[in-house]
Order: sequence, then structure tokens, then C-alpha cells
Amino acid sequence: MQPILAFLSGSSLLWAGLLFGIVFGLLLHRGGVTDYDVIVKQFLFRDFTVLKVMFTAIVVGGVGVFILHGQELANFHIKPATMLAVILGAVLFGIGMVIYGYCPGTGVAAIGAGKVDALAGFVGMLVGGALYAFTYDWVAAKILPVGDLGKVRLPELVGLPEWLWYVALIAMAAVVFALVAKVEKGASHA
Amino acid sequence: MKNPRWNPYLVGALIGVLSILTFSIVDKPIGMSTGIAQASGACALPFVGADGVAANTYWAKKAVPKWDYGSLFVVGSFLGALLSALVSGSFKITKVPEVWRERFGPSVPKRMVAAFLGGIVILYGARLADGCTSGHGISGSLQLAVSSWTFFLVMFASGIATAFVLFRRRHS
Repeated sequence: MQPILAFLSGSSLLWAGLLFGIVFGLLLHRGGVTDYDVIVKQFLFRDFTVLKVMFTAIVVGGVGVFILHGQELANFHIKPATMLAVILGAVLFGIGMVIYGYCPGTGVAAIGAGKVDALAGFVGMLVGGALYAFTYDWVAAKILPVGDLGKVRLPELVGLPEWLWYVALIAMAAVVFALVAKVEKGASHA
Repeated sequence: MKNPRWNPYLVGALIGVLSILTFSIVDKPIGMSTGIAQASGACALPFVGADGVAANTYWAKKAVPKWDYGSLFVVGSFLGALLSALVSGSFKITKVPEVWRERFGPSVPKRMVAAFLGGIVILYGARLADGCTSGHGISGSLQLAVSSWTFFLVMFASGIATAFVLFRRRHS
């Protein structure tokens, strides 16, 4: 697909990175997800802020990007489904997220909000990135090829019309939000 | 201290709008962990030298340590949260979070070591999976990527298991 709105280049692209990053960091802070307690309580089902923020972002962004893509105004950027690596990585990520208490994005933002432990974890993330770089050749040879499905999307893997997936996504978000509201109501009465 | 928080649904919707803008204006999804891996390459320079970094396949091809859109996005996220915290009057230096303190006590070194180790594990995982809560969780999921939904579900399951092992209440 050719025509896209990617008209920024050179130094204006760098400024765009900084500017979009500032907006993202501001939103993470205002969303309350730069808080260790909010994140860990999500995994304990005592706070649902993380799910609310993420699912709303996925639905709004998903429908928007889908429409733009249909108008040839945006490209998809699909990460390869290297299944073994994704699953192993996600397992490590979940463990790390509870111990660190932030994810990479909220960790960086939490430093800005004054959380010293987020900074200690950021140093850890630098070490983790270096460890990955030093083991990359081995990972690329042994792990990445296992179960590599390529840059595939759910509609291509399972079939079913594209729009139906977005309807399902919205329906799923609605169900999740309704369940969350019910649980929160129950908790406030307890 | 004032409460700086907005409605989480509103914040989520605005992050969705931000995604639409980054996709359409700069042709890039929101992502964080590649930028951090770039930073780790920059920090490795004093230890392994410029040649060592250049000789590394990952830093040479996948996460080149330089100022580009992605690494400046990371810097921006820090600045944005700092700005938000200062403007809202909620900036506060904190060392040990409440939930951690209740479970593991007020020791600062203990918390710092745990955060450091957790940081190592989370970024190694993010690089192995080729994305984090931003790149996979939000940007990839909104494109219905198979890799991203797999990541999202497995990450959540792993986080729940870890949280219940570490923080389960003994008398409830």
C-alpha cells in the first residue's frame, strides 16, 4: 500500500517522537498506571484501571486505524508471530511486571512522577536489554524460528470477515467493562 | 496531595486517539521497549566499546543506539509524566510502594533490588516477545495481530500467577 500520511522526516520526525512521547507519558500518569499499587492490584483483581485503560485504547485505536487502513491512510505494522519466543517472552514479562511493578512504558513515566523504585528497575531494564543483545544470535537461531507463523493477523489466521472481528472486539470490551462494573459494585458493598 | 487521575476510560480513549495519530502522521505504532534496548546499547558503549556494540547483531540491526523517533518517544514519556506530576501538584519522591510495604516491609534496599531484578526480567521478556504492553498490548492488539493477542493473554496469565504467589492473603 503506497499513499500514507507519513510526511514527517528528518528532525521533524524526532520532534514528533518527543512530542507524542510527552502526550503518552502524560496520559499514563493521568490514568494512574504509573503507580505500582494500581498495576499489581490489577493482577490480584483488586483494581481494574489497567484493563480499562488498555481495552478502551485497543477499541478506539483499533477501529480508527482499521478505518484509516481501509482508506489507505495508514499501514499495519504487525509483529511476527514467533510463537515460542512470544510465549516465553510473555511469561517472563508477566513475572517481571509484578516484581518490578511497572511495565517498560509506565516504568519510564513513573520515574517522572518521582518513583525511585521505577528508576532502579529502569537500570535493570537496561541490563535486560543488554542481556538480550548478547544472547540475540542464539535466540535468533534456536528460539525465533520455532512456531514462526509470520506477520499474521487474527482475521487471516482464523478466517471470518474483518469487520466481524472489530464487532467482536467491541462486544468483548463491553462484556469485560460490564463485569468489571459488577465486581467493583460488589466490592464497594462488601 | 491532589489527585491527578482522570477517568481511566477517558485516558484509554485518548491513548487510542494518540495511536491513530501516530499511525497516520508518522506511520509508527506506539512502542517503548525497543527504545529502552537502544538505550542499553548506548550504556554498553563504555563497557564493550563502539566496536563491541557495532559487532552485536541486535544493536547493529534491531535496536541501533541513536537518537531517533523511538528513543525520543521514551524520553518524551518520562518528560510527559514529569510535567503532568508537577502541573497537578502530585509529584512526590517515593521509594517503597504501599502494596509492597504491606507484604515485604519498609526496607528500601530490598525494594530497589527487587525492582532492579524485575526490570531485567521484564525487558528480556519484552525483547524476546518483540514487544511490551505498549507495542504488543496496545499497538499490536488494536491491529488484531496474532503475536500481540498471544502476548497479551499469556502475559496476563503469568502476571496473575506471579501476583497470587507473591501477594496472596493468608487469612481471606
